Amino acid sequence: MGMTIGEKIIARAAGVSEVKPNDIHTVTLDRMMSNDGTTHLTVDMYHNQLKHPKIADKDKLVFIMDHNVPAENPKTAEAHKKMRNFAKEHDIALYEGQGICHQIMMEDYVCPGELIFGADSHTTTYGALGAFGTGVGCTDFLYAMTTGTSWVMVPETIRFNLHGSLPEGVYARDLILTIIGDIGANGANYKIMEFAGDGAHSLSIDERIVLCNLTVEAGAKAGIVEPDEKVVEYCKAHGREAVHMFKSDDDAAFCAVYDYDLSKIEPVVVRPDFVDNFALLKDVKQEKIAIDEAFVGSCNNGRLEDLRAAADVVRGKKIHPGVRFLVVPASKAVYLAALEEGIITTLMEAGAMVMNSNCSVCWGSCQGVIGENEVLISTGTRNFKGRSGHRTSKVYLSNAAVAAASAVAGYITDEA
Amino acid sequence: MSNQVWKFHNDVDTDQIIASQYLLLPDIEAMKQYTFESLDPSFAGKVHAGDLVVAGENFGCGSSREQAPSVLKALGIQAVIAKSFARIFYRNAINIGLPVIVCKDLYDHVEDGSHAKLDLSAGTVTVGDKTFSCTKLPEYMQNILSAGGLIASLNKEEA
Repeated sequence: MGMTIGEKIIARAAGVSEVKPNDIHTVTLDRMMSNDGTTHLTVDMYHNQLKHPKIADKDKLVFIMDHNVPAENPKTAEAHKKMRNFAKEHDIALYEGQGICHQIMMEDYVCPGELIFGADSHTTTYGALGAFGTGVGCTDFLYAMTTGTSWVMVPETIRFNLHGSLPEGVYARDLILTIIGDIGANGANYKIMEFAGDGAHSLSIDERIVLCNLTVEAGAKAGIVEPDEKVVEYCKAHGREAVHMFKSDDDAAFCAVYDYDLSKIEPVVVRPDFVDNFALLKDVKQEKIAIDEAFVGSCNNGRLEDLRAAADVVRGKKIHPGVRFLVVPASKAVYLAALEEGIITTLMEAGAMVMNSNCSVCWGSCQGVIGENEVLISTGTRNFKGRSGHRTSKVYLSNAAVAAASAVAGYITDEA
Repeated sequence: MSNQVWKFHNDVDTDQIIASQYLLLPDIEAMKQYTFESLDPSFAGKVHAGDLVVAGENFGCGSSREQAPSVLKALGIQAVIAKSFARIFYRNAINIGLPVIVCKDLYDHVEDGSHAKLDLSAGTVTVGDKTFSCTKLPEYMQNILSAGGLIASLNKEEA
C-alpha cells in the first residue's frame, strides 16, 4: 500500500518502512520549538516534576520570544527572565525580538521531510516546505525535550488538488479561508491536509505558509504542500539543503479528496466569532461595517507580499481619522526588506503605526488590544470571542489589501 | 455520587477556556480564577471539585495552550465529556491527567446545572435512569492517563 507525504514523514521519524492511519509510533523529532506563551511553565515543570531532569539534544531546541515582546508588564518580564535564563544555562538557541516564531523557523530551520513539534498551534506552517509541523502543549514539549522522542498516532490524510491560479487581487489567505469555510472548524480534526496539483505549485513559499499555517483552524494536525523546486530554492537561499522531498504514492489512501479551481476564489471576510463563519467580501462590504482598528501582521499574514499589498492600497492616501492601523512585519528580515523597498515609508506616511515583530493584537495580550464593543479587521489567525481584547469586541478576518482599504475607508471594504 | 454538570456549546475555543492576557501569569493557581471568564465570569467561584464539563463538538479548538486543560483540572473538574474534541486540547488533557471523554449521546439528554455520574472504568455516564456509553480511549493513551499523565509515566519508566 502506498503512503501519503505525512505518512512517509512519520515512517522516517519512527525508523520503520511503513505506517498506516491510527497506528501509534514512537518517533524521533527533528526539531522542537517553544515560545514565551508557555515556556515559563515548561521550565517550572522541568525543575519541579521531572525525576531525572535532562535535555536529550540541545541543538534540536529553539526558544523564541514573540508573544509578548517586549514585555508589557513586570509579570511577563519575570516569565521572560525564566525562559532567557534557562536557554542560557542549557545553551539553547534563543531569539528575542527577531520575529514571530514560525517565520523564524521557516527562515532558519525547517527542511522538507522533517517532523517538528512546536509549542504553538500554528506549527502547521512548516508544511509550506514539505515538513510535518504540529502544535503541542508544554507537557508534550517537556517530554520531547527530555527524551528527544514522542508518540504520534498516524492521522488520515485529506488531499486538496488545487488547479489553475489565483486571480489578481485574490490571495492565498482567501483560498484557505474559503477551504475552512467549506469543511468547517473541525472539518480536518486530527487529519493531515495535503495540497498538491499545478495550483499548489503555482503558489510562492510565502503563499504556501499562509495556506499551511491556517490548517489548524480546520482542526488539522498538519498541513503539507507537496514540495517542489521552489522548496529546494528557498532552502538553498537560506543556507540549507532539501533532502527528503516526499510525495504521496499513486496508490496512497486519502480519506477525502477535494478539488479547487483557484481562478474561482474570491476575496473573503470571515465574520466573528468563528474562523469558519465564511462570507464573501462583495456581500459584507454592502453593510459598511464600521471599524475601530485594522491590523496587518501575524504568522499568517505579516510577510513581504502582504505588507506590499497593504502599501499598494494606501499609497498616497490617509488612514481614516477614527481608525488605528497597526502593521507588524512577521520578522526582522521581513521588516528590513520592507524598509528597503519603501513599503514601510508608504504605510507610515498614510498613518499606519508600524510595530516591532511580534504576535501583536492577533494574540490579544501584547499590544493594540481592542476595547468594549470595538471592531477590528484583522489579517490574524483567529476571530474568537475576545481573542483580541474585550469579550464584547468583534474581530473580522480578511486579506491584507482589504484590511488596508478598510483602514482608509473606516468600514470593511476593498475600495480605499 | 453524582456531580453537577456545566454545559457548553459547540466549538468552545481555548481563548474562552483561558484568555491570552492571563497565560503569562506565574502559574496555573494564579490563572484558574479566570476560567471561562468570557462565557461566565463567575464560573471559577461557583464550580465544585468533581463537577463535570459537558460540551458539543470540537471542544478546545484553537491554541495549543496547555493552560486550558490545566485550569480545568486545577478547579477540580473531574472530566470533560464532549461530542468531540479538538486534537491538541485532547492530547494535552491526557498528558496532564485530565480525563477527556467522547460521548455522542449524552449532550442532548443533560441540562446545565443537572447532575450526572461518571464511571471512568466502565466508560459510562448516567443521568437519572439513563446510562450512556462513551468511546474507549486507545490503550496507549489510557496508560498515560492512569499513570497520572505523561510526566508521571516518564518518571515511572525511569524509576
